[in-house]
Amino acid sequence: MAVKTRRYSARDVTVLVIGLGVAIAVNVSVIWGPTLASIGLSGTDWNGIGPIEWIGGENYHDLSAEYPPFWSAVRNNVLWLGFLGLVATPFGLFCAVLLDRRLRLSRFYQSALYMPVVLSLAVVGFIAQLVYSSDYGVLNAVTGLGVDWLGDSSVNIWVVMVAAGWRHVGYVMIIYLAGLKAVDPALKEAAAIDGANERQAFFRVVFPTLRPVNVIVLVITVIEALRAFDIVYAINKGRNGLELLSVLVTENIVGEASRIGFGSAIAVILLVISMGFIVVYLSQMFREGR
Amino acid sequence: MNQRPPISRRHLLLGTAAAFGVPAVLAGCGSGSPAPAPGGTGGDLGTVTIGSNASDEIPKKTLETVVKGFTQATTKINTVDHNTFQENINRYLRGTPDDVFTWFAGYRMQFFAEQGLAVDISDVWQEIGGNYTQAFKDQSTGVDGKQYFIPFTYYPWAVFYRRSLWQDKGYEPPATLDEFTALARKMKADGLIPIAFADKDGWPAMGTFDILNLRTNGYDFHISLMAGKESWTDPKVKQVFETWRGLMQYHQPAALGRTWQEAGQSLAQKKTGMYLLGMFVAQQFPEADRDDLDFFTFPEINPAYGTDSIDAPIDGYMISAKARNADGAKALLKHFAQPSSQNIATGLDPGTLAAGSKADTSGYSALQKRGAELVSKATHIAQFLDRDTRPDFASTVMIPSLQSFVSEPEQIDPLLASIEKQKANIFR
Repeated sequence: MAVKTRRYSARDVTVLVIGLGVAIAVNVSVIWGPTLASIGLSGTDWNGIGPIEWIGGENYHDLSAEYPPFWSAVRNNVLWLGFLGLVATPFGLFCAVLLDRRLRLSRFYQSALYMPVVLSLAVVGFIAQLVYSSDYGVLNAVTGLGVDWLGDSSVNIWVVMVAAGWRHVGYVMIIYLAGLKAVDPALKEAAAIDGANERQAFFRVVFPTLRPVNVIVLVITVIEALRAFDIVYAINKGRNGLELLSVLVTENIVGEASRIGFGSAIAVILLVISMGFIVVYLSQMFREGR
Repeated sequence: MNQRPPISRRHLLLGTAAAFGVPAVLAGCGSGSPAPAPGGTGGDLGTVTIGSNASDEIPKKTLETVVKGFTQATTKINTVDHNTFQENINRYLRGTPDDVFTWFAGYRMQFFAEQGLAVDISDVWQEIGGNYTQAFKDQSTGVDGKQYFIPFTYYPWAVFYRRSLWQDKGYEPPATLDEFTALARKMKADGLIPIAFADKDGWPAMGTFDILNLRTNGYDFHISLMAGKESWTDPKVKQVFETWRGLMQYHQPAALGRTWQEAGQSLAQKKTGMYLLGMFVAQQFPEADRDDLDFFTFPEINPAYGTDSIDAPIDGYMISAKARNADGAKALLKHFAQPSSQNIATGLDPGTLAAGSKADTSGYSALQKRGAELVSKATHIAQFLDRDTRPDFASTVMIPSLQSFVSEPEQIDPLLASIEKQKANIFR
């Protein structure tokens, strides 16, 4: 009787507890713990040393109404997302399609486009300074312009996005290239026999088969946009026109400032924005699964 | 094995004996003294660790040389990149800090002392106090009236220029703001950019704000404004920004995309006429040109204050509250307070001056001599904006605000209103 009801042996239970337990412990301590702690701390004015005092939603009020860098950061994060999603990613796809047609020297173009991907964004930031610096930069030297590319807050975000896009294009291209190689050539032949021209064949036949790749690229683009940090930090610590939410979190929490409560409030806002994308993505995935 | 002996009465006695100059042989009879380090600076006070932000070549070598002369304990220097050290100071002091750490005088020291992160070293000051003037002691004193800091070196801020260029063009150091403006106008007419300027790093513009405020409203108002006790919407503060706006047309354009090093280069290359910066601007000059570098103190704006105040940030050392070898640490601080130690530093690093008043100035370069003279003439010495106020206010409010002023000098009123609101959120 006892044997019948006991569906797991003691060993099974141990394995389960250890397996699940470790996973849950790691999940709680590394992901949920810090997340909930950030949300909790965002309602305090803790400076990391003294007593923790609850001040409710005051941090949120202060940062939306009285902290000028906040709205610049929100605007720049949106721009960043829009630029990567609407310009850099489609351009990466375009490059992939061109290279997939086996142009002469396509290996060369492929390597050239892929080269920046091996660089960290911080390094891209240093390279960008060599190009854009108003006093000694290549761009002003070659064109004879006197534009303060990095210091003028109405220009700098755009040139920095171009630098970030330089790397992103190669990244997206290589993923799409892999996807395109996997498309059955018979499909294209069939489309050609049906009288479809190149454009129609691509948009009606090839592109839809790339759907799983599209989802991955979309996710990568969103992640890249939200975690953008190193490039602007390398250039001017993410100030004066290059503010991003991730930089403001760091500036307030990690720096000498130690405004942990205030920085947490910014982190929570970044979390809410990311949650929007995560929820859309997951619901999409679940719908597919059904 | 026993690298960090716990503090015992025995060690305390030995430490005091050593500090008062009793030959180390006497103390050497004790057991448990760690073997001297390979470096040869072994002593009877165990090991003292030093957390150092001196990551640049010259300051790093300076510290190493100075510490070599310390024989009462073995020392170990942990060097961290200069900016990283500052940014992580909070976590560093709360974690497992070194016994002694490099830091800055003034409010920036008081802030950490007040949080209980530093050791009271008033007893050390009892002994070495005679090496310093009252002004330096004040800058080492916490809000509770106790000392927490040993001044080591410092560097004054002034307006630097190349003497040869000025001789060629016949320029004279100005004594008033009007003369300063007239000089700038003349330089512009001569095809020079009058005032080199850079604020990509965020902090150099603070120096301009400091000096304009010190000259316009005096030292006491400046310090009280930094402490959050005055309103930023006060017409006195507005006056400072109005003056600055008037001078903006003579400043090097595109400042927010330029580092102080690049601006320093433009001065060295005689493209700009003068540059308000710390004495460390000398680093941007090749050895051969350094004698050509000269300076004058920022001219008078308000006759009530004349030129009685300057920025001259003091660098020095503190003991962390979690120090494991407090006796050794205090002995090391006494070593840093010696004029001989500071002279080694000023000899190796031409951009600094010895903080102690007994240091030997005969070995100073011409620039250092003039720097010392400038400081001795000043009645008040401010530490620099980010050392005279709360670190969170300086980095999260003042840097973006001053940068926004530099890019849009017309928008003074909304800017000051915004600073005042943000100040209220920080100085609760």
